[in-house]
Amino acid sequence: MIILQTIGFLVLEKFLLVGLIVSLSMIVAMYATYAERKIAAFLQDRIGPNRAGIFGLLQPLADGGKLFFKEEIIPLASSKFLFILGPCLAMITALLTSAVIPWSTPLHLFGKDIPLQVADVNIGILFIFGVVSLGVYGIMIGGWASNNKFSLMAAVRGGSQMVSYELPMGLALIAVLMITGDLRMSVIVQNQVAHGWHIIYQPLGFLIFFICALAECNRTPFDLPEAENELNFGYHQEYSSMKLGFYLFAEYINMFISGVVMSCLFFGGYDIPFVNEAAWGINQNLLAIIGFVVLMTKAGLFIFLFMWIRWTIPRFRYDQLMNLGWKKLVPLALANMVITAAVILWLNK
Amino acid sequence: MQLTNRAKPVDRKPMTWLESIYLWNIGKGMLITLSHFFKKKATIQYPEKKRTFSQVFRGLQVLNRDEEGRERCTACGLCAVACPAEAITMEAAERQNGEEHLYREEKYAAKYEINMLRCIFCGYCEEACPKDAIYLSQTFAPANYGRSGFIYKKEDLLIPDPIKDPEGYKKALGERSKLKD
Repeated sequence: MIILQTIGFLVLEKFLLVGLIVSLSMIVAMYATYAERKIAAFLQDRIGPNRAGIFGLLQPLADGGKLFFKEEIIPLASSKFLFILGPCLAMITALLTSAVIPWSTPLHLFGKDIPLQVADVNIGILFIFGVVSLGVYGIMIGGWASNNKFSLMAAVRGGSQMVSYELPMGLALIAVLMITGDLRMSVIVQNQVAHGWHIIYQPLGFLIFFICALAECNRTPFDLPEAENELNFGYHQEYSSMKLGFYLFAEYINMFISGVVMSCLFFGGYDIPFVNEAAWGINQNLLAIIGFVVLMTKAGLFIFLFMWIRWTIPRFRYDQLMNLGWKKLVPLALANMVITAAVILWLNK
Repeated sequence: MQLTNRAKPVDRKPMTWLESIYLWNIGKGMLITLSHFFKKKATIQYPEKKRTFSQVFRGLQVLNRDEEGRERCTACGLCAVACPAEAITMEAAERQNGEEHLYREEKYAAKYEINMLRCIFCGYCEEACPKDAIYLSQTFAPANYGRSGFIYKKEDLLIPDPIKDPEGYKKALGERSKLKD
């Protein structure tokens, strides 16, 4: 009975947490579209949306409502099952990645600690990588099922881009994992709380990781799969209504999640810099909330950086993209890995 | 032959390794965009705020009245003749007894139409008019759903009556009242 109760409580707790995190990702993605438009406007000496609500804050709702009520068009020549599967996959994979992220220190409620992490699996970061790699299927299947040469071309580009940039991303990550010695996200963050952020030890690793994250999220300058001017919108050209909305939404969720992942891997996750918040002796719940706010701030800064880059740099040409990935980032990441390994070995001797 | 010394030769050197990873130049570009983030915005919130036109702006035509509210136009047709786009049509009528408070002279325009789709806002009608009966205001034709909406009738063009609606009259006159004084 007691076992049953504990399991029931655990299931309820996890369900609540999953619901909270999914809705959080949705809300952040919603307002990321708003932020994107505002930031784009500000960087271009404009004001941006400001008619719906004060400062245009209701604009995402209006956009979402519009997308829902748009006519749904499924091209006759498309393969219908795959056509619908594409955006679903994109959305599912985007939301799945948040499962292993430690959002903050544990809460203390009803006499027990509740970790703010859905699953502290021992392959945490590998899980993220696996799911992100699956994300490319959303693009591939969507582009292929549309039965349109532009979409197909974009899908092929998306696939090759993802494959090329996952490699240096993984190599950059290996250096971090060598420092931590663990794949668990919570351990990676705690290690940084104890020994200082990984950005101090791995600046080059972070740079490579960040560039690859841009490519994985299909953000400018790596937005070749949705190049508007040469591929007419790319893989989601044939999509309309909320299926298009799902694709766009998935992109923003991906952006948010990659911001959070980068904060966790290199910027100490929920850790506040230069202070030891655990020694303040304040309520554990309050501490958890502060940690969560700190993590969200870091993720927000990353989202801003993503947008700032998008509205500054033009898109890479395809050969430039491949050159940068294979000839610059892979050797750099390899060198970074080898040097890190050598230094660790030397220090431990 | 060089006319000025401003021309810069194109740098065709192959990129150095630092340039080929783009980071330095991207950083410079990002600083430029960031400086624009804090700049004053060029936007004018249109329907609420309007940019003031110049004193000689040529906008929609207005048919003028005199101080007692009588229409000045005598339907002489000089504006229609002067109009290079042939946008103006009119029909004349004779003033009847008891209409002296409506029309200034014995002849008046019973129908007066300007096709705003044809009009090029050159202002020749204003120049041609001997009676100061038509002038170009500081407003422009608003959007419309059909072509017929752009054919402005006399009722659309006439200035408000200065006796019945002095406020509207003054507003319609706008900058022009200052020019006259």
